[in-house]
Amino acid sequence: MSEAPMPLWEVFIRNRSGMPHKHCGSVHAPDAAIALQAARDVYTRRGESVSVWVVPSSAITASDPADKDELFEPTGTKIYRHPTFYKVPDDVGHM
Amino acid sequence: MYTQGLNVTDTGKPAAEDPAKLARFQVKVDAEDKIEPNDWMPEAYRRTLVRQISQHAHSEIIGMQPEGNWITRAPSLRRKAGLLAKVQDEAGHGLYLYAAAETLGISREDMVEQLIAGKAKYSSIFNYPTLSWADIGAIGWLVDGAAIMNQIPLCRCSFGPYARAMIRICKEESFHQRQGYEIMVTLSTGTPQQKAMAQDALNRWWWPSLMMFGPSDKESLHTADTMQWKIKRFSNDDLRQKFIDATVPQGHHLGLTFPDPELKRDETTGHWHTGEIDWSEFKRVLAGDGPCNRQRMKAKTEAHEDGAWVREAALAHARKRAERAAAARMAAE
Repeated sequence: MSEAPMPLWEVFIRNRSGMPHKHCGSVHAPDAAIALQAARDVYTRRGESVSVWVVPSSAITASDPADKDELFEPTGTKIYRHPTFYKVPDDVGHM
Repeated sequence: MYTQGLNVTDTGKPAAEDPAKLARFQVKVDAEDKIEPNDWMPEAYRRTLVRQISQHAHSEIIGMQPEGNWITRAPSLRRKAGLLAKVQDEAGHGLYLYAAAETLGISREDMVEQLIAGKAKYSSIFNYPTLSWADIGAIGWLVDGAAIMNQIPLCRCSFGPYARAMIRICKEESFHQRQGYEIMVTLSTGTPQQKAMAQDALNRWWWPSLMMFGPSDKESLHTADTMQWKIKRFSNDDLRQKFIDATVPQGHHLGLTFPDPELKRDETTGHWHTGEIDWSEFKRVLAGDGPCNRQRMKAKTEAHEDGAWVREAALAHARKRAERAAAARMAAE
């Protein structure tokens, strides 16, 4: 007996510290309401969260690992994007 | 451990891998970079992980049965709440692990079907019966203790989703072991009958717990590959020894004895040495002929089949609501 596949949802939770929602795993559920319920049961059993998002996995577009260098390597040489690239006279103090 | 059935020769020979890709993969693993689901990986690495993670997940799910047996008969509300939370955790751990395995391209439905068809293994430990309340103490203390010993190094496994699932699981499991040991302490310091129950549970669970670490290194087939790929960090025997060294003093603290006349401490190394493990029992239980194999599979199959209409109805309901919402949008336009 082969069952109809249950849709997959990605789960994001925000913890108390006010940080952004963070990916924590996935659940299977027929619809968004049940996905939310399952995410709460599976990923927040110990007060880990004050807010949960569920997103259909199929709705996520991800970068291809093969394009990693092309996408992210160029920033490696752009050190002028960091504050430490710029010199400020010592006697000016902290800036 | 929860993945003892790995000790089989992989029959489908994977196609020869591109040596350049293979070399890049190994450099990444050696540099302790994580391998993520969409990264290139050797076919044998993928297969090993699917087998290991799914066996681990099945073990968590089947593992609910022996303990679930005592939820309604827990001796107090405090004990019942603790046990219920622990069994709920096992369900959660099974789900984290199925999700981690799914990132490798196998569906949860397929994994569950493999389990029910008897094609997938789960840990031998869950084929032993829980005959008394003291068994709940012994399981938490010994079985979860052994699991933690095995799972801590898996938090550093080279495959990202598995490592992340293990971090969550390890955080939650330390409560499991402590609740078990607390039960053992209570029984061991109780009436003579209670102490006898604790001793009886230790007698029955000690050897099966040692078997959880899998075959001895002399017989282990895949250790070299899985070590090189940093799926595994320590050998079965090394982890077993760590567990023995940690656990024997805890048992003595309870005032209990271990069912092993050869157990003794090597004064020079500080290690505890046990007698020989009965590997024929291990093989028998893993192959399906333990005290409760049939009962466990029957309960799992029934639960899965009895729940099928709920899953079908939930999907049908979701479909109906989506169609109605679409029709309402059309009408409004």
